[in-house]
Amino acid sequence: MNLLGIIAKDIEVIVKGMGDLVTIFLNSYPILFRGLMVTLLLTIASSIFGTIFGIFLSLGKIYGNKLVSRITTLFIALIQGTPLLVQLFVVYYGLPVYGINLSPVWAALISFIINSGAYQAEYLRGSIQSVSSGQLKAGLSIGMSKWQSIFFIILPQALRRVIPAWTNEFIYLLKYTSLAYIITAPELMGEAKIIASRNYEFFKTYLVVAFIYLIVVIIFTQIFNYLEKKFAIPGFEFER
Amino acid sequence: MTTNHLLLIENLHKSFDDNKVLNGISFHLDKGETKVIVGPSGTGKSTILNSINMLVRPDEGKIYLENIEITSSKNIHKIRQEIGFVFQDFGLFNHLTAKGNVMIGLTRVKKMKKKEAEEIAMFELERVGLSKFADHYPAQLSGGQKQRVGIARALAMQPKLILFDEPTSALDPELTGEVLNVMKKLAAEGMTMLIVSHEMGFARTVADEIIFMENGEIIEQGPPEKLFTNPDHERTKEFLLKFIDLYYEGV
Repeated sequence: MNLLGIIAKDIEVIVKGMGDLVTIFLNSYPILFRGLMVTLLLTIASSIFGTIFGIFLSLGKIYGNKLVSRITTLFIALIQGTPLLVQLFVVYYGLPVYGINLSPVWAALISFIINSGAYQAEYLRGSIQSVSSGQLKAGLSIGMSKWQSIFFIILPQALRRVIPAWTNEFIYLLKYTSLAYIITAPELMGEAKIIASRNYEFFKTYLVVAFIYLIVVIIFTQIFNYLEKKFAIPGFEFER
Repeated sequence: MTTNHLLLIENLHKSFDDNKVLNGISFHLDKGETKVIVGPSGTGKSTILNSINMLVRPDEGKIYLENIEITSSKNIHKIRQEIGFVFQDFGLFNHLTAKGNVMIGLTRVKKMKKKEAEEIAMFELERVGLSKFADHYPAQLSGGQKQRVGIARALAMQPKLILFDEPTSALDPELTGEVLNVMKKLAAEGMTMLIVSHEMGFARTVADEIIFMENGEIIEQGPPEKLFTNPDHERTKEFLLKFIDLYYEGV
């Protein structure tokens, strides 16, 4: 067989392989789509509530009194210092011991919100501290209270600066939600596992799923890039 | 205690760690007066202004604004509304337009309606010659324009006095002129102003009185003509002469 023949053979294999992937997708897309919806629900809900939680945590850590600051610091260290999977297990398998029974999706959602909140708090803290202290002073000088200055002056600037970090966090979350399959939440990865165990096409099925994650990640990255530009303060745009 | 002074400062002391910055400062300011504090760097000039606005808490001494002792006031936010502050580094809110910067104190602190606040903001921006730049963000303005927005922001709150903390020391001579002109206009209109500045020419023409301080103490205060031509203290003469030399050098 000459070189051309080998290449032709390879191309044939690839084309056939691609065809198999399409076949698997077509055979199972309703289930994959259902799984994707759970994945998106987990990602979007936990990033939104994680953001809100993170704002409170970082404000508590920076501007709270000594007690609040200590508690939030400790909490953030605890969450950042332990694996997400352990946190998932504590919520899903641990809480029932105290009579709190959560469905897999709820358990996953709560774990992700807590976990993401801790990380986002630290991103936001960096961004708050990068807004000059003169801004707070200027707010106070026109008669604002400390918290008015924080909400109307510091946060609007800090939140804009944290968008790039949040883009990363969102993408991480989107992929971390696949861990929820371990506590049997029916998200994309969980559904893929069920499909693969039926058709025995493990390699190809997971490849299809990998493609789906990739496409969703690309779409969301574009959305966040757009938001970043839209909310940029004139004169502070990033020069490309 | 009752006085006729708009602002009365009595025996102000302040230390940062072991560093004594203010060592018994007393002076007063009447309505419509302009006083300029001059002196070498690091002698506590800015600390006086920060203390009046309670951005720095003095260790000892009392400050009265219209007979109300603000050093022990519980409602410091209310008092700050009545004292404008113009910063050396402008302190404009970067995420707001020039108009937004002037409006925010009116809408958020004075709880004014947006439309009303907008009218006042435009009026004050016109007053500092910047109504054309109302929709520009701070990063799109020159240093002189930024500082004039800072002044408009202070004016909009209708303060009883305005404190200027080296308002032109971050500006080149050309831009300094446009800011000083606005301040001269305010002085002529009867605004009460306390200014920390190194602009001796400006101090000489605009100030009702000049306060010369060094090492946390007031060495001498009086009308500009007296301080510039016939000061009581040798040190005052020495300091002011240096500036006059600088000023007329090469003329």
